[in-house]
Amino acid sequence: MSDASPHGFEAPSSVEGAVALLAKHGAAARVLAGGTDLLAQLKSGGRHPRWIVDLKRIPELMQVREAEGALVIGAAVPAAELREHPALLRRFPGLAEATALIGSEQIQGRASLGGNLCNASPAADTTPALLVNEAEVEIAGPGGRRRVPVAALCTGPGRTSLAEGEFVVALHLAPPLPRSADAYLRLIPRSEMDIAVVGAAVRLAQGPDGRCSAARVALGAVAPTAIRVPDAEAALMGSRIDAAALERMTLAVRAAARPIDDKRGTVAYRRQVIGVLARRAAERACERARAAS
Amino acid sequence: MKRLHVQTRINGEAAEFLCDPHQTLLDVLRNVVGLTGAKEGCGTGDCGACSVLLDGRLVCACLVLGAEAEGRAVATVEGVAAEGRLHPLQQQLLVHAGLQCGVCTPGIVVAAKALLERNPDPSEREVRFGLAGNLCRCTGYDKIVRAVLDAAAELREAGAGR
Repeated sequence: MSDASPHGFEAPSSVEGAVALLAKHGAAARVLAGGTDLLAQLKSGGRHPRWIVDLKRIPELMQVREAEGALVIGAAVPAAELREHPALLRRFPGLAEATALIGSEQIQGRASLGGNLCNASPAADTTPALLVNEAEVEIAGPGGRRRVPVAALCTGPGRTSLAEGEFVVALHLAPPLPRSADAYLRLIPRSEMDIAVVGAAVRLAQGPDGRCSAARVALGAVAPTAIRVPDAEAALMGSRIDAAALERMTLAVRAAARPIDDKRGTVAYRRQVIGVLARRAAERACERARAAS
Repeated sequence: MKRLHVQTRINGEAAEFLCDPHQTLLDVLRNVVGLTGAKEGCGTGDCGACSVLLDGRLVCACLVLGAEAEGRAVATVEGVAAEGRLHPLQQQLLVHAGLQCGVCTPGIVVAAKALLERNPDPSEREVRFGLAGNLCRCTGYDKIVRAVLDAAAELREAGAGR
């Protein structure tokens, strides 16, 4: 092993304990949740932390709590547990389906929402679903705790706004709007076990008059971070989610997409399919919202 | 580098080992504990050859640190055959010739057993999706899927398909 390999492993049992360890070890430390990204990076040599601080012994990070309709998801809860949580399935089915799409059963046994978010891949499946639900990220660090909108966390591929010594404790989901539902769809060339070519999440609410009273649209893998698309949301607002409104939304989605060319797809292909996918996600969210009302 | 003393349970029995902080559970199982059933295919969580259960949950041992096993329960393929008798999954893999080189087989057995415990009567589609994290480069999967479906039927008939 090279000198750069980790020199210590700690598994604190409290948030305060983890904060103290991270303050002590500074930039030489990395937090470990499910490890599905971190351990692969250790193997590839992409990261060389001297200290690994395992967060999974902290009860707060391993629990899903319900409080007055809100859902507080511990940052390190494994996907295999989260995807079956009754309250998540009932109120946030789109986030549940995004969670269930991450990797294999083996990866599901470890991967977490906090890790998926903080790895800051533009193609992370759960980030668009968190965006349309306007999740808040609870962060702990040397300065105490703070909460930021999920949109403020990822700043670029592999980059976050977390300061040194900070880590994500939980994701907070406010009670969803009445008669609303979310949906998430992604495109991959195989049927399972791949990284999104594009991903689209939509949350829609239907007013008493049958018209769309709230719309949120978020896209993955078409920009340096997952993005909300206000023009696409405006295209749906007040409409009956009819063909004309969906077409306006599709055009707005394509206009907002700034994808890259890579082995998973070209710019032109991604821009085309993100429109199709967002439209289907909107239709699915609409069906769910109507079924719920 | 300080070595860590880890106390855990492996296949139902108390176990302890010394490991480096960076050492994966897979490396510990194979090279410290001497359980070589879990295989290293990719080492990055893509192939499933190192599938084990950690506190009952299916994981890739290459993506777990040995130190994380402290106080947990690890189950490996070595614990699947009870008292020297092959588990129906193992027997059906033999009957169907669901293995050739054998490198993926321990992971397939562990993952399929976990699948059948969750879902004793899976469809072919459910088996294929459930085992999507276990790559096999020899069989083309059909024989593995048939073996799992037949083992599921056998377990249901025996009333033991927990």
